[in-house]
Amino acid sequence: MLANALSLLNAVVTPVVTGDSGFVSPSIDEFYPEAILFGGTPFALNRIMMIRILVLVLLSVLVLAWARTFAKAYATKNYVPSRFQMMGEIAVGFVRKSIAHDQLGEKDGDRFLPLLTTIFFIVLGMNITGIIPTLNIAGSSLIGLPLVLALGAYVTFIYAGFKKHGFGFLKTALLPSGVPTVFLPLVFLIELLSTFILRPVTLALRLTMNMVAGHLLLVLCFAATQYFFFESSGIFKVMGVGTFTFGFVFTLFEILVAFLQAYVFTLLTTVYIQLALADDH
Amino acid sequence: MTGRIIEKMAAEANNPLLPATADLIWSSVVFAILLLIFWRWVLPAFKKNLDARTEAIEGRLAEAEKAQAEAAAKTANIEADQAAARKERAEILDAARAEASVVAAEIQEQARLNAERLLETAKKQIEADTQAAIITLRSEVGALAIDLASAVVKQNLKDDKSAATIVDGFLADLEKDSKN
Repeated sequence: MLANALSLLNAVVTPVVTGDSGFVSPSIDEFYPEAILFGGTPFALNRIMMIRILVLVLLSVLVLAWARTFAKAYATKNYVPSRFQMMGEIAVGFVRKSIAHDQLGEKDGDRFLPLLTTIFFIVLGMNITGIIPTLNIAGSSLIGLPLVLALGAYVTFIYAGFKKHGFGFLKTALLPSGVPTVFLPLVFLIELLSTFILRPVTLALRLTMNMVAGHLLLVLCFAATQYFFFESSGIFKVMGVGTFTFGFVFTLFEILVAFLQAYVFTLLTTVYIQLALADDH
Repeated sequence: MTGRIIEKMAAEANNPLLPATADLIWSSVVFAILLLIFWRWVLPAFKKNLDARTEAIEGRLAEAEKAQAEAAAKTANIEADQAAARKERAEILDAARAEASVVAAEIQEQARLNAERLLETAKKQIEADTQAAIITLRSEVGALAIDLASAVVKQNLKDDKSAATIVDGFLADLEKDSKN
């Protein structure tokens, strides 16, 4: 997994400049724009940070508005939801029913729901900016945000395990029963690596790399279209139609990826919690 | 190969696998604020409202069921009442019909008796009248016979012609009397 992600990066870490033409393919520098505010301090705000804050504000306004309609419906005993309320119920209910309750059951599902809904909405909100014109880059395409979310998931499933089993959690996690004693050291090492090191890393990398790759693909397609249409001549202009079509299709694909990654991130977090809570596996 | 890539990335100023401080800080801010919002406001309101709705729907369903059962019971009652009323009506009609035939028979009997009585009375009256007429006639005929006889005796000595005149005159008187 890690090696895969790195080999994907290999293609993009060095800018490719094609011979004599003026076309420059997008590079990893795409993700490091100039700071706009507080440059040089730990609070440096560049374009991506601004997009994150924008998403934070929009998401906060949206979900608080939902909270208000829920509370109002409760207070006025109006049990017929409005359209807006229904949207909120579908969105929050999706995480609650299809992810949390399915994996953890109702009681534990509701217990860990705040983390799960937060992760789902942040990932979805941050991913979708990648295809919104004028924003055009996913807030989750810099490793920091996926890493923070992955750490949240990591801390939570370890907390869940210790809360339920005490130090027995380490035993069930690292020394599963039913394994022949000869293999125990090996299994111990594998489980230690996969459970306590690779889980958060893969969570963060999967999301980041999906967004990085998606963004680079879109930039590549549209930069090429621009180049073919306005800087090349003759038959090459026609190729611009092809690259534009690719760009269009990949934009639609990115919408799917945005939802899918939000779902996958949340689902895996839930599964990790579920495994930590399980008596034995 | 992985080692080479990491070397290459280390040479770059920007490493996509290592977060910058600002990246981590702003990410944490976003995460913390949204976690707080969901935890503190959105999810409690969501759950409370949903539970209340479930309860309300269940309550209303139970109420509806009760109302339906009540309505069904009422309908059964009404139907039973209707059947009883229908039966009662039929009974009353039958009784009335029977009574009516009895009354009709009585009335007919009464009428027949009345008619008979009237007939009887009329017969008796007629008989009495006839009797009276016969008696009167008998007495009058006697008187008339005496009148005639005396008239005949008076005129007898005159002529036959005058005798005939007397008889004619008597007959005419008689006719006139009977006309009166």
